[in-house]
Amino acid sequence: MLIDVTYLDYLDHKGLNDKLRESSEDCTIIGCCGQRFIAAGMSDKNITIDGVPGNALGAYLNGASITVNANAQDAVGDTMNEGRIIIHGNIGDAAGYAMRGGKIFVKGNAGYRAGIHMKQYKDKIPVMVIGGTAGSFLGEYQAGGVIVILGLDSDEKRIVGNFPCTGMHGGKMFLRGKCSDINFPKQVTAREASAKDMSEIRAYVEEFCEYFKTNIDDIMNSPFTIVTPDSSNPFKQMYVAN
Amino acid sequence: MSVEFLYPEFEVIRNDNRCIACRVCERQCANVVHSYDSDNGIMLSDETKCVNCQRCVSLCPTRALKIVKSDCTLRENANWKDATIKEIYKQANSGGVLLSSMGNPNPLPVYWDKILINASQVTNPPIDPLREPMETKVFLGKKPEMISRDENGKIKCDISPQLELSMPIMFSAMSYGSISYNAHESLARAATELGILYNTGEGGLHEDFYCYGENTIVQVASGRFGVYKDYLEAGAAVEIKMGQGAKPGIGGHLPGTKIVGDVSRTRMIPEGSDAISPAPHHDIYSIEDLRQLVLSLKEATEYKKPVIVKVAAVHNIAAIASGIARSGADIIAIDGFRGGTGAAPTRIRDNVGIPIELALASVDQRLRDEGIRNNVSLVVGGSIRSASDVVKAIALGADACYVATAAVLALGCHLCRTCQSGKCNWGIATQRPELVKRLNPDIGSKRLVNLMTAWRHEIKELMGGMGINSIESLRGNRLMLRGIGLNEKELQILGISHAGE
Repeated sequence: MLIDVTYLDYLDHKGLNDKLRESSEDCTIIGCCGQRFIAAGMSDKNITIDGVPGNALGAYLNGASITVNANAQDAVGDTMNEGRIIIHGNIGDAAGYAMRGGKIFVKGNAGYRAGIHMKQYKDKIPVMVIGGTAGSFLGEYQAGGVIVILGLDSDEKRIVGNFPCTGMHGGKMFLRGKCSDINFPKQVTAREASAKDMSEIRAYVEEFCEYFKTNIDDIMNSPFTIVTPDSSNPFKQMYVAN
Repeated sequence: MSVEFLYPEFEVIRNDNRCIACRVCERQCANVVHSYDSDNGIMLSDETKCVNCQRCVSLCPTRALKIVKSDCTLRENANWKDATIKEIYKQANSGGVLLSSMGNPNPLPVYWDKILINASQVTNPPIDPLREPMETKVFLGKKPEMISRDENGKIKCDISPQLELSMPIMFSAMSYGSISYNAHESLARAATELGILYNTGEGGLHEDFYCYGENTIVQVASGRFGVYKDYLEAGAAVEIKMGQGAKPGIGGHLPGTKIVGDVSRTRMIPEGSDAISPAPHHDIYSIEDLRQLVLSLKEATEYKKPVIVKVAAVHNIAAIASGIARSGADIIAIDGFRGGTGAAPTRIRDNVGIPIELALASVDQRLRDEGIRNNVSLVVGGSIRSASDVVKAIALGADACYVATAAVLALGCHLCRTCQSGKCNWGIATQRPELVKRLNPDIGSKRLVNLMTAWRHEIKELMGGMGINSIESLRGNRLMLRGIGLNEKELQILGISHAGE
């Protein structure tokens, strides 16, 4: 079903979501310009968006699949539980906040605080693959899941900003390159990824390359840095009973 | 004894004439205070481990036990109090941040106790609740500014979603993890029977309790534990936790040792991993950001459920509440600085935040002054201890009260303030199966229903005394209150006159 929102008030997110909910088939939204909360909590649809969706695209997403043929704004996939979000552009801040499952693929760059508080539970392992670079505070409080930053076309610049992995106590982060220019906090270990480590993300990178028509060998042949936390109980020794 | 030694705070007094060495105390104490000396056939006690939870005292069949405060004290000093010195020793020994539980125990002013309630005499006679109908039902949610009618002159009834409560009280947030399965079951069943609501706290909702959804508030905190579509849809309302009265400005942290079994499953995080709720929501830096979270939750629940925003009572609470009232939230919950907790840094608990009485009065006034009081309902907690506190809160402007400490007291809590140890002998603040089973949900829910039923009678009697037969007529009716022993500034903030005026 084609949903034309060119003349829809950008604040009328309810109207847009009602249309998505009413439709029993796959939907394409055209003329999208800043409408927020698209597909919040939805579970059973394939949604394609032409134009730029507003904040909190796919919040609480529960199985639906979203493809955006442009940039997206802040809070993509907030508290996402299941599903897939593919962005053929850049994304704003706080993408994948506390996501517990599903996958986010971004062709371009991510803003600040991507993957913050990402978690995992049993078979639910959230994955975020960023083709370009990520801003500061990447993976802060990360408690699970896999974050991959490819830094393609980064022109030799640092591929993540300041203070990545602060408070990280679970999950894994893969950064392409040796990352000698990145400062990691004390409670994590950053080392060169082994072939075994790389086998863990191969399927995710393959999926990325499929969506964005990139050559996988060019990516996988570079060195990667893997970051893991030293403890799942970072504050254990901090308190004394009173 | 080394310099690390701290003389025990309590003494276990055992009356040897009464003790029959039945060893009940030994079996009941998870802190392992009591032991049996089989050589001599007597019970021994190790006071260093006693937290004064009174479990052994309550279950000793011969009343042979009592726990008393030790009179072994340091030299008296009004500046360097015994507790202050011992806190220094503890920190010097460990290098740790002092961690406490339950509400601020310090002798700071309790304004409820300095507010008196009116009663009718001669004119506008009192009402006898035993023979007259008295309405204690309240609806929480955004109220329309005015009545609007359709083309046929019929009143339009499509107002924002409302919560219906049989009385102006709800059980406030306590997470599964901080309290036990049986405590949650007791709260859920009691709330259902009473026609009120309980609150999951931020630890998710156990699958067994989805059936109590109509009487459940589900909470969303910065850690977003257990938050997903089914959870959001399970409750009657969604509460965004921005802050908590016992620890304003800091987050929550359930240690990995408590993330076991069902707690892990309900929070949807692996066993043994710390559950960290950061102090801020990292996507909220402004009222506009808060509005975004409010609206995203409304979108996900299709605008069928009211959204509550819970904040701690802090210095600028009136301005904060004014912002929240414009954020799209339906209900503001404010938690005062005496609110309880399963664990909070002592310094935060005892020094941060303001009394709920002052916060409530200033928020209600501010929202009225700005003409946005009907945008939101106000719920206050931390701490509401009795039916008269409830009546005073309503008269100061609250729509309803949140109670938690009173509820856990009804379940058997003896306020020993060591919830953080996870060894609650009363089966409330623990996940140890042998302790959890001590709290029988049949009895627990019954006791909660008893407590609330009694409060409801008392609320009706207090209202009747004032000649008021509906809680709606009491809300914000500050003429029904007078201060006693309060200074001009305090009276001004509370918006009440002094007794005798």
